[in-house]
Amino acid sequence: MSADLFVQCLMSGITQGSIYALIGLGFTIIYAVTRIINFAQGEFVMLGGMFSYILAVKAGLPMPLALLIAIVIAAAVGAVMYLLAIRTARRASVISLIIITIGAAIFIRGIAGNRFGVNAVSPPAFTDTGSMKFLGAYIEPQALWIIGITFAVTIVLYLFLSHTMVGKALRACAVNPSAASLVGINTKAMALIAFIIAGAIGGIGGVVVAPLQDKYDMGIMLGLRGFVAASIGGFMSPVATVIGGLVLGIVENLAIGLDWGPFTSAYKDVIPLVVLLLILLIRSGKLAAAERAG
Amino acid sequence: MILAWAKRKWTYFAIAALIAFLVLIPFDWFLGRYTSIMIFVGISTMVTVGLCLLMGYTGQVSLGHAAFYGLGAYFSAVLSKTYSLNPWLAMLIAAIATGAFAYIIGYPIFRLRGNYLAMATLGIGLIMWVLFNQLSQYTGGPDGMHGIPYLSIGGFDFDTNFKRFYLVWFFCLAILFLSQNIVRSRTGRALRAIHGNEAAAESLGINVTQFKVKIFVLSSVYASLAGSLFAHHLRFVSPQSFDFLSSVKLVVMAVIGGLASIWGAIFGAGTTRFLSDEVLLGLNQYPQLDIIIYGLILMLVMIFMPEGLFVAIKSGTLWLRVNWRNLPAIMNRKRKELPNQMKYILGRLLFARLWRRTEP
Repeated sequence: MSADLFVQCLMSGITQGSIYALIGLGFTIIYAVTRIINFAQGEFVMLGGMFSYILAVKAGLPMPLALLIAIVIAAAVGAVMYLLAIRTARRASVISLIIITIGAAIFIRGIAGNRFGVNAVSPPAFTDTGSMKFLGAYIEPQALWIIGITFAVTIVLYLFLSHTMVGKALRACAVNPSAASLVGINTKAMALIAFIIAGAIGGIGGVVVAPLQDKYDMGIMLGLRGFVAASIGGFMSPVATVIGGLVLGIVENLAIGLDWGPFTSAYKDVIPLVVLLLILLIRSGKLAAAERAG
Repeated sequence: MILAWAKRKWTYFAIAALIAFLVLIPFDWFLGRYTSIMIFVGISTMVTVGLCLLMGYTGQVSLGHAAFYGLGAYFSAVLSKTYSLNPWLAMLIAAIATGAFAYIIGYPIFRLRGNYLAMATLGIGLIMWVLFNQLSQYTGGPDGMHGIPYLSIGGFDFDTNFKRFYLVWFFCLAILFLSQNIVRSRTGRALRAIHGNEAAAESLGINVTQFKVKIFVLSSVYASLAGSLFAHHLRFVSPQSFDFLSSVKLVVMAVIGGLASIWGAIFGAGTTRFLSDEVLLGLNQYPQLDIIIYGLILMLVMIFMPEGLFVAIKSGTLWLRVNWRNLPAIMNRKRKELPNQMKYILGRLLFARLWRRTEP
């Protein structure tokens, strides 16, 4: 493998890994606060991208406004999903909650496919300066946007969780929900906030990735990769989740770049799945303990 | 007296009626083109029963069951077409191979539970789907495989819907009875104990992991048999039949049928099949309507009747029978309570108590 190809794969790995990291952050924050795996997390990303396309291209709104509205819509969908589907099933078992979030996922996907059509959409990139050359690799400006925004979101989320009252309350819920409610934290409101944040982060991921790819049915594969990122991070630490996402993106792209034996681009979708199974199996003891405690 | 006896034995009457119905159906003057749908109902029922055993009785999620269904179909298709093996032998090999595969992945996978198990099975389902697409020298890739031979006994070919109807429902009923017996046996009680509380089950001497793997293998063999029948019925297989949505569709069938209900599986498979083949296909101007409705069904049934639609209907009729005499009085009371309840539910759905600091 030549040095140029290596750098190229590394760069696209970091770009895609940033997206996985954003989705993983959504998984992490919902799981930490409510112990629910939200199978609809990838659909928030799809919705963010879809709405940015509809608002910016079809409705002709100015780009920043369109992106903002798209993110707000994704966050609102997260809130509505929590209020209508999760909160009403209060004492549901884990199986029921899994099935409910799956139902929500395919419901959102179906609505999107129905309203926006089944073809891929591509809103314009944020800046159209053509691709740049860097260490022998070509980089789309959108990739820099993706990496930068992921970085910014991670820092903002970190500051929010560690320096604001609401953020500290969220962390208290993550550590021990019943103790948190004993000291006067409204755990249900925290759960709602977690869903809103997850929806917003998903929406941000959607609007930044949409110029590269967005289709009504991409939610499941993206969601799965985000889940892998979150499980590398152990579902508790946002920073570890971001690192997990980057690692997954780099591994995926380097494996394809090697172009050796079974690692051809046809099997791109298999790599995160295999990583997922490996991680689940390696960490199974720890995860089982966490599941029992939660 | 006869009435009391009939009441006690009503399950047998129901089964007898079902069998009589099934015997009558394939005659064209009775149902005509529905014969073909009923074949698919039978095939789907076989997969759903396995899923019910796994999800409803043992309490373990599988979001990748279409993988085993697909493995059965593709093993049968490849062995009987490409290697011109006897279809029955191909079916047997498919079932054994799928079961062995489930056994091998079963032990590591069932070290996981809950959410992680769901993700792992989802992952396996997707891996299989990618393999069906990519191993195109064997499977024909995304275009699928044509010209799979019919099943036949001696010189008797199962070459019409009419004949295959009996074949499929023979297998289906056999599996239903087998599952019924498993559920009522010592094994079935062990499975329900695992569902109730794993630690307690283990303390009673039940080997939890072994039982989970056993039932996983059994349900994968069911799915494989169904897949083989599917391949030999349609004579065409393609990866679209075994993608993520098919796995979800199987869960929808199990959910409608009542997760912990063997005979409900027929109801679930039947409802879903008729819904997708008859009702929704006619509504072409609403693309994606089927998965919207499946999503709604999954959410609503799980929120309001976690035991499943069929079980809810059953307990509803039981309640009606018990309270038949008092029905007017109860209805009256309910009518008085209704406005308050509606207010309460609406309030709960929207904003009430969301922002209060403490629980009452």
